[in-house]
Amino acid sequence: MGSVIAFWILAALVVGSAVGLVVRRNPIHGALFLVVNLGGVAALYLMMHAEFLAAAQVIVYAGAIAVLFVFAIMVLIPGKEETGPDPLRAQRWLAVPLGGFLALEIALVLRSTVFTTSRSPATVPGGVEAVGRLLFTDYLFPFEVTSFLLLAALIGVMALTKRKAS
Amino acid sequence: MTDAVDAFVAGFIVLSAVVGVVTYVTLLERKFAARMQSRIGPYRVGPHGLLQPIADALKLLMKEDIVPRLADRVVYNLAPIVFLIPGMLIFATIPFAPGLGVADLNIGILFFLAVSAMEIVGLFMAGWGSNNKYALLSAMRAVNQIISYDLPFIFTALVPVLLAGSLRLSDIATAQAGLWFVFYPVIGQLAFAAFIITTLAAENRVPFDILEAESELVAGFRVEYSGMKFALIQLGEYAHMVGTSFLGALLFLGAWAGPGPAWLGPVWFLLKAMGVFLLVTWVRWSFVRIRVDQILAISWKLLLPLSLLLLMATALVVVLRSGPGV
Repeated sequence: MGSVIAFWILAALVVGSAVGLVVRRNPIHGALFLVVNLGGVAALYLMMHAEFLAAAQVIVYAGAIAVLFVFAIMVLIPGKEETGPDPLRAQRWLAVPLGGFLALEIALVLRSTVFTTSRSPATVPGGVEAVGRLLFTDYLFPFEVTSFLLLAALIGVMALTKRKAS
Repeated sequence: MTDAVDAFVAGFIVLSAVVGVVTYVTLLERKFAARMQSRIGPYRVGPHGLLQPIADALKLLMKEDIVPRLADRVVYNLAPIVFLIPGMLIFATIPFAPGLGVADLNIGILFFLAVSAMEIVGLFMAGWGSNNKYALLSAMRAVNQIISYDLPFIFTALVPVLLAGSLRLSDIATAQAGLWFVFYPVIGQLAFAAFIITTLAAENRVPFDILEAESELVAGFRVEYSGMKFALIQLGEYAHMVGTSFLGALLFLGAWAGPGPAWLGPVWFLLKAMGVFLLVTWVRWSFVRIRVDQILAISWKLLLPLSLLLLMATALVVVLRSGPGV
């Protein structure tokens, strides 16, 4: 009973902060809503006994990435008075059909049998030992590919920024 | 239902103790700093100035609460609370003696690192919400610093994890029953030194206190705060410092291990944590502030590679000691 109440509170928090992120005009407010949203998702992981995933979510997303977003917003995004009116205003109407399409897609996926809830959360291993073992056995190849991808991105960024300004 | 009540009571006791310790740590620091400079320090309120923190708290309670007219009111008012919560929450996983703590999670240290990194959110909200250029510059410097020092901090904190073979804080403490990790040959000392340096940076203390450099930024992100909100920010900052001192004592100094009966454990733990705190304070009152670019260079060019190497060396040692096939 308690966990059901907690779930609904967290779900409301996550959805509410996601709506806030989209609705707020102020990009900094949006970024702060994003932090709330990512933290709420971490709490949902915690409720499913995926403690490691929750901690990783907070460290990587709510901690590092959201902070980087805030930093990028402050440093790189100029105010409206500097950029003038939005040149891509007409494209905004595309959001309605695309959003509808995405919602339809999500509904179809949820109705399909891919994500069954036959296994209760407590029996699925979410501990750090289970995650570590899976990463280095069954999922070793995707794990290494991901790390290679990140390394490539890292080197790419360095190559781009090191280029001499002519 | 009793579980919930138990958890509530445990949380209440730990929080009360933490607030008490944190309040008196300010007096400890002032006395220590005064002695380093051949002064006496607070002496007037109570015997040897022992009631000074209470007088400070009462004074801050009665001060006028000022909100700048152009501040982002919601963000400005929420910031001290958001800043305080991580500082208090990090004590949730610390076991103060075998079986004595709020929640001994199996990912204890990850929880600590994750929550303590969230401090930056409150700090940034304070700096940005104040709508003050000094506060904003301070917040930007803080973001810069946290991005640079989070990684080496996590890596050095992971060295004891590798040696103990567990992320649970109580396991790390009991693994040091024979040998405190700070005495582990070479690795222990290097990791402890790196931990202290990154702690200084994570807590924004001198020589890494560019975000509140008095000569440039007045008081940094908290410049617009007064009264109880200022007190909350101070409380959050010192709670974070004390919490990290406890973590250092737990990771490297054997936590509650010490001579005497078992019930002295928490006392030993507190003494060791205060020792780490005084070590950090000692550095604070001995060194000068480093420039921004030097701080970033130290982190990325020195601490990060070194802590990575240290982590790999530790992993190698652990594998060699436990033998092949594990």
